[in-house]
Amino acid sequence: MADGFFNQEKQIMIERTVKIVNSAGLHTRPAATIVKLAAKYKCEFYISKDGLNINGKSIIGVMTLAAEMGSELVLNFDGADENEAADEIIDYFNRGFDEL
Amino acid sequence: MKSFKQILTEAENKIAGIAAAPGIVIAKVYLYTKEKLKINDGIVADEEEAIANLHEALKKSKKELNKIFSFAKEKMDPDRAGIFEAQLMILDDPVLIDIIVNRVKIEKRQPEYIVNDEISKYQDLMRNAHESYMNERASDIEDIKNRIIRNLQKKRWESKIASELIVVSDSLTPADTILLSRSNVKGFVTDHGGLTSHAAIISRSLNIPAVVGAHNATLKIKDGDTLIVDGFHGYVLINPNEEQIQFFKTKIQRLLELQKGLEEFKDKPGITEDGREIQIMANVDVTGEVDIVIASGAKGIGLYRTEQILEELGEFPGEEEQTLLYSRLSTRIYPETIIIRAFDIGGDKVKFLDFKEPNPFLGLRGIRLLLENKSMFKTQVRSVLRASVNKNVQFMLPMVTTLNEVRKSKEIIEECKKELKQEKIPFDKHIKIGVMIEVPSAAVMAKEFAMETDFISIGTNDLIQYLMAVDRGNDLVSDLYQEFSPAVIKTLFHIISEGKNAGKDVSLCGEMAADTLAIPLLIGMGLTSLSISPAVITYAKRIISKISYEKAKILADECINCTTEVEVQHKIEHFFKVNNITRTRNII
Repeated sequence: MADGFFNQEKQIMIERTVKIVNSAGLHTRPAATIVKLAAKYKCEFYISKDGLNINGKSIIGVMTLAAEMGSELVLNFDGADENEAADEIIDYFNRGFDEL
Repeated sequence: MKSFKQILTEAENKIAGIAAAPGIVIAKVYLYTKEKLKINDGIVADEEEAIANLHEALKKSKKELNKIFSFAKEKMDPDRAGIFEAQLMILDDPVLIDIIVNRVKIEKRQPEYIVNDEISKYQDLMRNAHESYMNERASDIEDIKNRIIRNLQKKRWESKIASELIVVSDSLTPADTILLSRSNVKGFVTDHGGLTSHAAIISRSLNIPAVVGAHNATLKIKDGDTLIVDGFHGYVLINPNEEQIQFFKTKIQRLLELQKGLEEFKDKPGITEDGREIQIMANVDVTGEVDIVIASGAKGIGLYRTEQILEELGEFPGEEEQTLLYSRLSTRIYPETIIIRAFDIGGDKVKFLDFKEPNPFLGLRGIRLLLENKSMFKTQVRSVLRASVNKNVQFMLPMVTTLNEVRKSKEIIEECKKELKQEKIPFDKHIKIGVMIEVPSAAVMAKEFAMETDFISIGTNDLIQYLMAVDRGNDLVSDLYQEFSPAVIKTLFHIISEGKNAGKDVSLCGEMAADTLAIPLLIGMGLTSLSISPAVITYAKRIISKISYEKAKILADECINCTTEVEVQHKIEHFFKVNNITRTRNII
């Protein structure tokens, strides 16, 4: 009983580092796709790069990220459906935004 | 009492321009400076209202972008399309909108200031990234930022010009004019534009006196000044003295009396002194105008410019919406006829921000654009067909240059008919299809065009512009836009004769027909159908009632043999004089 209570309280947050692998980098089209994917989930989603921490559900925010091929971003997911959100979004990064 | 000439000579407070829409008005000024995007950072009195305005501006911006997008997506490369999509998403960005709304609540400042401040922050971040493509991205954001701000400001303007004012501006787009006309505007004065600029055409159709091409009017006139606008002679008097006010008040009175005298022509057909009937139809720009048309005693609508729907709605209407609009008009005007012209987009009519052509008047416009955007064209054709059940609808193609365009369009129309038949939707199987003759190549081939269609209609505005190779909106060269150039007269005569030889109806629907000076000449050349602004219909019928067709024929013969425009004008003026016909502007 006590254990279960603790588990719920514990802040499980997913943090992953992803690499940009497509040659065009994080341009406008993938930025829009990331925001649209994130909008499907309830969890909070943040992207950080070079000290800039951006709400991944804000298109104008994601567009401020200059991410060339080879650069690294840290993704944070926090909330009930964080696992599913992380899976889908990280997979999209790994697929090079379907531009490979 | 002093003469008009005396009053004018003595007036040091006058500005001369082009008389674009008849009428005289005395009222206060509203200076409409839309080009300079100046951010108002003032405090708002009611933040709930400010937030509602913000949401409305976002919605309006979305509509505008969707309109551009639906037009351009077939032509855009995927990158540009992506930017459009991102711009649309920004308008729904939950984080951005939340911050803006909260700041308006807390700081109680104009939303346009907060929108500018917030979005600029993101732009600064982009520019600081020191990547060239990030700089471009910042410029893309600039466009959406300005769009939201512009729509917020429009809202402010709308509420400001609720009272009866004269709008003074450097130039007016069709959208501006429609927007302003809804606000009880009493008159228009613009720095730029000619007789056939859209500001002028719409002012005439809405019966609002206008003087255009008044060069530096916006520099000389201040907000709150009192103005006299004389739309008959093209003069503006700034802060008039008592004598001037009295003089023009008398004129306004006489004008009212004249209009009363014209009432008798409303319900009569246009008939010459010697009994030749001239069908006088009305041009319609905005849907609300149909009541004015019916009140004017027009015999149907000779030209319905559908592209204005885009201005009114801010987006492309779907098939149901268009069908409803066209059906409403055709029912309202029944049993008279309505000629619906397909969207004439391009040129100066509709600005697609993402679609800049180096030479739009010679570019993708009219039927050229429609044939390139088949789905858009088909939506309109189907709507027109569906509205034709009462058999009083005709369909007209703008800007045709080659017969091939006519044939292709007819194929599309047949395709739509077939579809409707399969869907068991009723329409007029024998709907008449006509073309505008407004390009010199079509004028030369008038007979061939007439033979392949049911009717032809001469659009003088563009025809003169293309024939004389002169931009009608450019007042540096607008004196070359000569309605009475012998080249124009000869061309008109050729089109009219060829059309008649082919056994088809010929009408004329340009602004030229609204010029009372042109009427005897046009009738003399054999025209029996004119389509003009409803506001001038009774004036035209009065002139027609005093003309003898036999004499007008002789006038036309003489004019065709003239060598200069001045000669033609003198001949016509002489015709008015010897036949003892007075023109309206000389009566009042």
